[in-house]
Amino acid sequence: MDFGSINPVLLIASLMVASTPILLAAMGELMVEKSGVLNLGVEGMMIVGAISGFIVAVETGSPALGFVAAAAGATVMALLFAVLTQVFLSNQVATGLGLTLFGLGVSSLMGQGYVGIRPPASPRMEFFGLSDLPVVGPIVFNQHPMVYVSLALVAGVWWYFRSTRSGLILRAVGESHEAAHALGYSVLGTRFAAIAFGGACAGLGGAFLSLVIVPQWTEGMTAGRGWIALAIVVFASWRAWRVLLGAYLFGGVTVLQLNLQAAGIAIPVELLSMSPYLITILVLVIISSDKRRAAASAPASLGRPFHASS
Amino acid sequence: MIRLEKRPTPSQVWSWATPLVAVLATMVAGGVLFAFLGKNPVEVIRTIFWDPILGEFAFYYRGQLLVKAGPLILIAIGLSLGFRAGIWNIGAEGQYIMGAIFGAAVGLAFYPMEARWLIFPLMIIAGAFGGFIWAMIPGILRTRFNTNEILVSLLLVYVAEQILAWAALSALRNPEGAGFPGSRNLKQYASAANEELIVGWGMHWGVVAAFIAVIFAYILLSRHILGLNIRLAGEAPRAARFAGVNPERLVLLCLGISGGLAGLAGLFEVAGPAGQISIDFNVGYGFTAIIVAFLGRLHPIGILLAGLLMALTYIGGEAAQATLGLPAAAIQAFQGMLLFFLLAFDVLTNYRVRFGREVKA
Repeated sequence: MDFGSINPVLLIASLMVASTPILLAAMGELMVEKSGVLNLGVEGMMIVGAISGFIVAVETGSPALGFVAAAAGATVMALLFAVLTQVFLSNQVATGLGLTLFGLGVSSLMGQGYVGIRPPASPRMEFFGLSDLPVVGPIVFNQHPMVYVSLALVAGVWWYFRSTRSGLILRAVGESHEAAHALGYSVLGTRFAAIAFGGACAGLGGAFLSLVIVPQWTEGMTAGRGWIALAIVVFASWRAWRVLLGAYLFGGVTVLQLNLQAAGIAIPVELLSMSPYLITILVLVIISSDKRRAAASAPASLGRPFHASS
Repeated sequence: MIRLEKRPTPSQVWSWATPLVAVLATMVAGGVLFAFLGKNPVEVIRTIFWDPILGEFAFYYRGQLLVKAGPLILIAIGLSLGFRAGIWNIGAEGQYIMGAIFGAAVGLAFYPMEARWLIFPLMIIAGAFGGFIWAMIPGILRTRFNTNEILVSLLLVYVAEQILAWAALSALRNPEGAGFPGSRNLKQYASAANEELIVGWGMHWGVVAAFIAVIFAYILLSRHILGLNIRLAGEAPRAARFAGVNPERLVLLCLGISGGLAGLAGLFEVAGPAGQISIDFNVGYGFTAIIVAFLGRLHPIGILLAGLLMALTYIGGEAAQATLGLPAAAIQAFQGMLLFFLLAFDVLTNYRVRFGREVKA
């Protein structure tokens, strides 16, 4: 065993990288759930984003175009969900599950012939020598652009809910769609936009995985991260900053267990590999055991179908 | 102008017609998908849906049909009870894996003793118990701590997969396996093998269990008070509470039954068709069973038919893979598409489509 090989600065820097896919996906899902829709298809949208981004990045040689394509691909999936649940009024739980199953199938279909290829490298940001600063450099000034995007997203979503009119309407739709409808706000329009936003974020998260973290395409490579993103939204009690906390907590566990595996600690590899999932469950239990608080923070219309006639 | 008008009561006709319409629509959309992949759509659809039953080599495929349908039906029956009551166990894949590990572990513990009358029944009990325990985790967390059972049951699938890796690579590894991962082959151990009951039919004990489960679920839902409570809790939760239905008991019961059945399916698979605990013996039946449950309208007879149909897509898909070079993933996408169409057409069960402007009364 050699704990000395674990460098705390690099640990934090890589924690931020490992958390980013989940952070992106969870921020998207936060927006969706705030509008009163439960989309359980995050995993499916993420993996479609991962392969769409991968294909475009490989074909064009541009990681930036890859990320755009990932957002677009996952948004198509999200709109499919939106049409089914909002227009055809299908059960949201079942449709979300369907989206995940369909996404896993479609992604491996799309990914035929892209297995074992390396995508074009996406460089980290450099800030004129600031990146070479000790401690702060690798953590703050030498990350992949998408890491900054994800952090800006947290601040943006927080501000959107807190200080904008449109954010207030979205929350109203999520709390009581009947009341919002009676006031003349478009429930369907708001929800379509929120679902599409959620899809785009999940797609970016997926592409960050296939283009930056791994970077490669393998079938089912999201490995449950979409579900963990869903769990983190619950953990965060539907608040933007707590989503960040939850995602980084999860990223920390992931990176730490990988480091422990590499350091050859005397814990079975399988136990270490399952630890992120176990800790997610544990955190969910702790957060939801306070019944009153859990019920008070969830959007009141979450998961309920809306039809103007009823 | 097309609008939807809520029906006073769900349409009986459409409730049974939507699965058929969805299957037809999926065939059309799937045909387009296959055409995109550069295959002749008619030929692919024929290979998947026609040849395995009535084609030249049907005698070979027919046996496979029950082998694949057995676990799907067994798991879907369990899931349908919970889905009806609004209890979402989506981690059947994990319960399936744990059932297989528990059951195989009991069988391997007795190796090489010869006592089928003792060992095989014990394995069945252990298999059901393994799935049951794994489903009880989300159940107890839900009833004690109000934790969302959807997320917990799903996350436990990934935990179960790690346990499976550990079982295949160390705990249950075949000591005479020349270093290869995987357990001893249970099919070659007469006391533990889940053998074919009628040669050539694919009929093994798991299929028998699936048929029994269909019958029991049918009686439960149509004749027993518990079935009534399940339906009531799903359709009118408030009324269920007034009627004295204990929601916590119902959660544990639905999760327990579905977990036990998924565990059984895993045990029968590992002792029969799969033969051994290996790192990837599970092929996603636990997830496909969700589609089967919905396609069968959460009704036992419907699930029986849906399970056979879904098994057909597996077999036909494999045939299309071998003869036409259709990618394996295409079938997975095809199955997901089926669920989508089903959910979309379901709107016709609860709503009427009206053309023209709304008439103000």
